[in-house]
Amino acid sequence: MSTDSSTTNGLRIGADVGGTFTDVVFQRPDGTFESSKVLTTHGAPEEGILNGILTLAEEHNLNLADVEQIIHGTTLATNALIERRGAKTALVTTEGFRDVIETRTEGRFEQYDLNIVLPTPLIERKDRYVVTERFNARGEVLIPFDEAGAQKLIDHIAAEGYEAVAVGFLHSYRNPDHERLFRDMLLATAPDIAVSISSEVSPQMREFERFNTVAANAYVQPLMATYLHRLAAELEERGATCPLYLIHSGGGLIDVETAASFPVRLVESGPAGGAIFAAEIAARHGRDRMLSYDMGGTTAKIALIEDYTPQTARTFEVARTTRFKKGSGMPISIPVIEMIEIGAGGGSIASIDALGQIRIGPHSAGSEPGPAAYDLGGEAPTVTDANVELGRLHPSTFGATNINLSPERAAAALVKDVGEPLGLNVHTAAVGVAEVVDENMTNAARVHAVENGKDLAEFSMIAFGGGAPLHATRLMDKLGLAELFVPTGAGVGSAIGFLMAPFAYEAVRSFYTTSEDFDIAGAANVLDELTAEAEHFVRAGTDAPVTVERVVAMRYRGQGWEIPVPVPPGPFDSVAADSLTTAFIKAYETFFGRAIDDLAIEAVSWSVRVASVTNRPPALQSVEASAVAAASSSRSIYDPVLGEMTETAIIERDELVVGSAVNGPAIIVESQTTTVLGSHHVAVVQNDLTLLITRSAS
Amino acid sequence: MSGNTNSNNQNSEVHSQIMWNRLISIVEEQALTLVRTAFSTSVREAGDLSAGVFDREGRLVAQAVTGTPGHVNTMAAAVGHFINDIGPERIYSGDVYITNDPWKGTGHLHDITVTTPVFTGETLIGFFASTAHVVDVGGRGYGPEATEIYEEGIRIPIMKWAERGKLNTDLVNIIRNNVREADQVVGDIHGLAASNETGRRRLVAMLDEFEMDGLDDLAEFIFDRTRKATFKALEGVKKGSYKNVMRVDGYDHPLDLVVDLAVSDDGMHADFTGTSPISKFGINVPIVYAQAYFTYGMLVALAPELPNNYASLLPFTVSAPPGVILNATEPDPVSVRHVIGHFVTDLCLGAIAQALPERIPAEGAGALWNFQASARSADLADPRPPVEVLMFNSGGSGARPEIDGLTATAFPSGVMTMSAEATEQVGPIVIWRKEIRPDSGGDGEFRGGLGQVIELGPIDGYQFEFSAMFDRVDHPAKGREGGKDGAAGKVYLDDGTPFPTKGVEIVAAGRRIILELPGGGGFGDPADRDPAARENDQVQGYVS
Repeated sequence: MSTDSSTTNGLRIGADVGGTFTDVVFQRPDGTFESSKVLTTHGAPEEGILNGILTLAEEHNLNLADVEQIIHGTTLATNALIERRGAKTALVTTEGFRDVIETRTEGRFEQYDLNIVLPTPLIERKDRYVVTERFNARGEVLIPFDEAGAQKLIDHIAAEGYEAVAVGFLHSYRNPDHERLFRDMLLATAPDIAVSISSEVSPQMREFERFNTVAANAYVQPLMATYLHRLAAELEERGATCPLYLIHSGGGLIDVETAASFPVRLVESGPAGGAIFAAEIAARHGRDRMLSYDMGGTTAKIALIEDYTPQTARTFEVARTTRFKKGSGMPISIPVIEMIEIGAGGGSIASIDALGQIRIGPHSAGSEPGPAAYDLGGEAPTVTDANVELGRLHPSTFGATNINLSPERAAAALVKDVGEPLGLNVHTAAVGVAEVVDENMTNAARVHAVENGKDLAEFSMIAFGGGAPLHATRLMDKLGLAELFVPTGAGVGSAIGFLMAPFAYEAVRSFYTTSEDFDIAGAANVLDELTAEAEHFVRAGTDAPVTVERVVAMRYRGQGWEIPVPVPPGPFDSVAADSLTTAFIKAYETFFGRAIDDLAIEAVSWSVRVASVTNRPPALQSVEASAVAAASSSRSIYDPVLGEMTETAIIERDELVVGSAVNGPAIIVESQTTTVLGSHHVAVVQNDLTLLITRSAS
Repeated sequence: MSGNTNSNNQNSEVHSQIMWNRLISIVEEQALTLVRTAFSTSVREAGDLSAGVFDREGRLVAQAVTGTPGHVNTMAAAVGHFINDIGPERIYSGDVYITNDPWKGTGHLHDITVTTPVFTGETLIGFFASTAHVVDVGGRGYGPEATEIYEEGIRIPIMKWAERGKLNTDLVNIIRNNVREADQVVGDIHGLAASNETGRRRLVAMLDEFEMDGLDDLAEFIFDRTRKATFKALEGVKKGSYKNVMRVDGYDHPLDLVVDLAVSDDGMHADFTGTSPISKFGINVPIVYAQAYFTYGMLVALAPELPNNYASLLPFTVSAPPGVILNATEPDPVSVRHVIGHFVTDLCLGAIAQALPERIPAEGAGALWNFQASARSADLADPRPPVEVLMFNSGGSGARPEIDGLTATAFPSGVMTMSAEATEQVGPIVIWRKEIRPDSGGDGEFRGGLGQVIELGPIDGYQFEFSAMFDRVDHPAKGREGGKDGAAGKVYLDDGTPFPTKGVEIVAAGRRIILELPGGGGFGDPADRDPAARENDQVQGYVS
């Protein structure tokens, strides 16, 4: 067991399996690293990881026996939910509520489609069962648990050969007794069945979201447990005997056993690593408001980092079925790093809609067959194809391993599906695709900021992921931001982020009380239990000192949207309860301009996050330009600032040193990404070799 | 040079597309601000709201997609009324206007519409408007019991909520003294004003960024594009006249809804002559609301990808003689106009199905099954005030020509239900059952969507004054093209006693009320149903 995730003497490995690429990073004790980017092997994701690891070890003479930690994030759980490749699962609920996950919100996520198809429930009706029992909203028994009926059901479940069972009873976030009783009875009869209960997986009010979350957990559990144990065994076989940890959706590390029990917490773990990376770079450069912009092959992710900490949320939606539309997926209630994800990756496909408008995504060419330019069989025009046509990506400088770019195929695809339908030439079609995807990402960033009550004007931006540095200066201009950071290793930023993550766990529970009659003892009890639970999971990975953050979600009585309010440290007493009310009113004013007088305030849900302490070095001094970097060559590349193709300098990033300045128009190429500077941008290399890009004064 | 001009045109095309998208994202942001600040569950949980931006003549340029087709045209027309009634010479920067007039707004007093002018410098360039269903407007409360509009609550004519940034405190005071939940209602109005303000700030910043001096050029681009696309969609419909009749329960006797739908080169016109006369009770529909559900039905069938704006709505017109239930006039009561108004979509789709048989679904449950329960202590001496519990629930929708209908899903309304756990947290209510109702979808090649069964009652020591507004109990949703009718709805107490489907009645302490929501009609001959689909219905228990 190591003492801290970030202070080790040996090598550390971060491995991120994404929808298109698998990134592997080896970090040496001195902080230097080697990285690789290969196409994801969807059938057996561990193959991509092992290939990446073994290739890097061989090329750079690194010994797997010297590796102290491997940290892994994966889209496998997400993909299993999207592709419905989980276990044979039963859902057991309170009598009267068998169909909650099928009737959903009773709304239509797309108002103007007569032929709308709602997402099929993860667990079909024939696999959903009920038990006679009922608690009221305060967790008191309305109908006692029917043991005889439950046992009969359990015998049926065992006989039917279910591999996993999800249990969700009404108001179990207030009283878990009946769920626990059912689980214990089930395991007594059928010890090999994987059981998930909603009061453990996600003890939050609202039955649709909670039942879905527990169903998703049970559904992917056998698959994820098998995969994780298989990966651990393969790594060990190849000489990596060190512990394997997983990064979870909330951006912390958990051990393999915890991950195997609560695999739903691994959903979106890769992007969470990206946000950790962004927070670390923000701290290193002392920027307390940072917009994190991560663009990969399939999607773009935007998150807000304040005071070097990513924003978090309690619920999100996975497996959206229709055009990434809100409401077309499954809600999952677990702590996550809050981000907005849109279908705007390098592989996102461009098409023309009924109004003759260019649309990008949400479909992605992914790694199979990939963008047209990859020449792997893809025929649809993608964002990457537009970047090839505009000269930003070039066969001679493209980073991902084993891909030979074909500008001819890119142009042909753009002409066929965008140029011809709109009567545009290939160049204008490519400009259109690039502009629309940039505008989509800009709008997503704006809406995300508004949803969080933030004004972007005060933010700096950091760009990472293979696609982001290509588009970032354009976003920076559109959003009116003054600074853009492109750190070293930007192309594999999420995997590097894994290596910066603390051991951390957030426990959340609904507990309802109001400012008129605050249940202080009840709240204190909930906080204590949540703290013990979170600490338990963190202690499975580390003995290091920990921080404890406690937050309560509050709102005016009658409202439906809550504002998070920090709970002051120390025992929870009447002074603490009063301070929550004051803090809520202040936060409300910040969000909406004015508070409302004389209205009761409700505390709705409570959370405790326990995390190992990571010591951050003091921020680096910023560096002024001392020498203008020499171009290795030049070619004609589109400059969105001028709106035309321009002879553009090509700079090798490896040749830049601290203080080097690059004046736009230029592109800076490195092994896993390319940074594009327009004619009014200037980049200055900082002490940690990060590029700091601003608009030139002239 | 011609090459240059071509390239400029190409750039300007992309540029205009980008600005149109930006405008849509601004109104989405406007709507989101409203959801975040709203109090009434109808807005924040169910999405009963709308938001849009208008040019300086009051023409709708872009609208957020929200849960309420009922606001589509109604709000589009409202801003014109605001300009007329305030008077162009009295429109100042910093003003905010308000109304809940059913005939100038969205059809009943519970919807409050707030409009905010946008200026750049001294020049008026457009408006933002938003509408929300508030929790109370005084009077008899939400229900069909009133016999005149004057009993239904406070009516706010078009007037200034704020002038040059200064709040009209007299108006705030009048509202506070006339509604039951003053904090929440006034809070919601502030939310409406805040959402318009968000839109205004974003629009001004956008004009600045794109160096535009107003909305006129962009509006023309949007209207021109939309007009062409709308008429292109209409080309696919054979010209002619299409009639349909639908019989529904009504309040105290059945009603016929009649439409004669004329399709011409100019667009579509729905005439409701022959429809039953207005009711004594508040289920009457101002014609703006009927027009909204007509237009929604036609757009969803013909041009689902078109964003709503002045040009997409223009080709759809309506008429009806005064005095029919789809053309209520002052002082007719209109509080629950949705109960009849929601049927207008299926009525008009039924007519146009004659021209587009392969595109139009069977009839569905239609109107939402909303109820309001006023829960008070069974001990009449108990001084605690009653707690109001409002729930929206949906039956099944009609089968589509190639897909089964949607189970327990709203159509044509797009609102959502409220969680049982959340509902039990706010009021003394227990929801004992909320489950799919097997066998309620009409049989057919494609099956109608299933309704649901809801069983609920007061917690120990409480009783309900239960305000019912349910239809399709005597007149189920009809199948199409040989499909069977959906099951009719049922309402009864746990001992089997029938319960009235419209109006207020007591659910005594210790009792439960059971609602069986109607299913949707089937589509096509049941003999043609895929055996695999039939088997699945059995396996899943959709059909017993």
